[in-house]
Amino acid sequence: MSGRVRRWAGSEAARGLALISPTLLYAMAMLLLPVIIIILFSFWKQTFLTVDHSFRLDNYRAALTQPIYRDLFLRSLWISLTVSVATVVMAYPVAWYISFHGGRNKNLWLFLITVPFLTSYLLRVMSWKLVLGYNGVLNSLLLWLGLIHSPIESLLYNADSVIITLVHSWVAFAILPIFVSLEKIDRSLVEAGQDLGDGLFRSLTKIVLPLSLPGVTSAFLIVMIPTVGDYVTPKLVGGTEGVMIASAIEVNFGRAMNWPLGAALSVTTMVLVASAAGLMVLALRLAVRGVRR
Amino acid sequence: MPDVKPMIEIRNVSRHFGTFRALDQINLDVAAGEFFSLLGPSGCGKTTLLRMLAGLDTPTSGTISIDGADCTEVRANQRPTNMVFQSYAIFPHLNVAENVAYGLKRMRLGRVEEARRVDEALEMVRLPGFGARKGNELSGGQRQRVALARALVMRPKVLLLDEPLSALDKKLREEMQTELRTLQQSVGITFVLVTHDQYEALALSDRIAVMFGGQIAQVASPMEIYQRPTTRKVADFLGGMNFLRGRIAAEAGAALTVETERFGTATLTKPPGFTASGGRATVGIRPERLRVLWDGERAEHELTGRIANRAYFGETTSLSVAIDGLEAPLSIVETNTFGADELNIGAEVRLAFDPEALVLMADPDAR
Repeated sequence: MSGRVRRWAGSEAARGLALISPTLLYAMAMLLLPVIIIILFSFWKQTFLTVDHSFRLDNYRAALTQPIYRDLFLRSLWISLTVSVATVVMAYPVAWYISFHGGRNKNLWLFLITVPFLTSYLLRVMSWKLVLGYNGVLNSLLLWLGLIHSPIESLLYNADSVIITLVHSWVAFAILPIFVSLEKIDRSLVEAGQDLGDGLFRSLTKIVLPLSLPGVTSAFLIVMIPTVGDYVTPKLVGGTEGVMIASAIEVNFGRAMNWPLGAALSVTTMVLVASAAGLMVLALRLAVRGVRR
Repeated sequence: MPDVKPMIEIRNVSRHFGTFRALDQINLDVAAGEFFSLLGPSGCGKTTLLRMLAGLDTPTSGTISIDGADCTEVRANQRPTNMVFQSYAIFPHLNVAENVAYGLKRMRLGRVEEARRVDEALEMVRLPGFGARKGNELSGGQRQRVALARALVMRPKVLLLDEPLSALDKKLREEMQTELRTLQQSVGITFVLVTHDQYEALALSDRIAVMFGGQIAQVASPMEIYQRPTTRKVADFLGGMNFLRGRIAAEAGAALTVETERFGTATLTKPPGFTASGGRATVGIRPERLRVLWDGERAEHELTGRIANRAYFGETTSLSVAIDGLEAPLSIVETNTFGADELNIGAEVRLAFDPEALVLMADPDAR
């Protein structure tokens, strides 16, 4: 027994584990522990400052049946799905262009894409207020062009403005994984396709897209998972129509003083976003397989 | 070949990358049904030329015609050519049958006809029943066959092969060489092969173009290019060659009488592009054209020397023989039939040669 332990302790796997253990412990403490606490809380009950530790499902019943939460869940999912689809659709051509036609300037292009990140996320969100606001850039432009006669009021403080802002914030995160998977495609595969009669469209749909699917999938997940629970953007540009589930969670952990309900909403969000992400990955695969045939 | 219109006509083709001339004023004809090889060291421009035939690259200047039609500007997907890539470029997300059928899809042959042609092509490369395999489940030789089937199924006018055998081990490579040659003769398609392996080019081709530094040095049949190389570089690239210094004694049209060191006086044919510098000329003789004379043997042309070095290769032995009056020792290849492997360094040997085997090089100045 001790011999086996000693042999394991000297193995490559054990050394690898030892190497990552500080990070692993840190991640466990900062990620797994809070999640466990949240899950525990979601089955408890709070009355003002006292917490009742007996097991109950009331919080989930409330989270899943109360219309306000159902609406917020649906809206959050809808917004994050729309944002991730739009982001990936916009990021793909950019990544494709840099990878296939960037030539010597690939690194310059990648740098330019990351330039917006030199400013704060809050500033980038706030700047959309300037663009979309009542006296904002867009309204002024449309007025100046004579396309409208009075400023459009519905540009800001709704779900659309949240979507626009989120897409802008996340597009760079989608470009990078797609770019990496495009870079990995052996160019002779693309040339072989051309040699066998591919035009640009067929080359893209039959070879480039299927082979870059891992990048597209991770871009999708990278955007979708965090945006479901986004709190700052809806707060700043969402108004009442753009409120997402994170605001409800914040209220329950804050002013409403109902941590168990907040926890149940969080857990439900996690489960929902995980299933939605899984479904999207599946749908993406099927779509690409369909195109390939 | 003179009356028949060539399948491929390359006229004054150059390709520049910035200031680098990858190809410089190439002129070449390839006949229909010919197995043609572009042979040269890496960086000589042979692959660039092949990619231009495929339409994957465009000449900086000059024109390329295939089957009588100018297709200099025609893109790869519109050309009657198909290519077998060096990496084989088997689509990893498709199985073997889908790979082979890839180019057929656009022809809209119908499922039955398409499947028939895929089966026929797989049969041709001796991979019947491999249709359902994935690309990553194949060995190197099998991937090569799939790449071949995928190109042949298109029934191209010209099949282009970019070092198709270089990734295979020696035994498999020799097997595939024989198969490739048989295949070419049975389908009758024009093959253009790019290779840096002179044995491969010699074994497979009807004609070979040897290229150096973006230019064609010589175009000839394998036998002629090996036996009658026109320049020292071509001679060297195709195998061992002993170079001898010569002095021009007389000149009569294309015939040149050259006095060589120790090899006597010979009348040789001037190769194209011959330049004499101050009456000097370089003559070459292949190592296997020299023969060790055993006790009692006599030859009309003999040389005596001492073995300076030897290398044993199993079926042959390579000898280096120092001859008085010659600057460099002569290299000789002897089969080990009569005991050449038992000759020791320092031993005195007599050599026989045939003056017919002497070739005049176009570029002067030995060593």
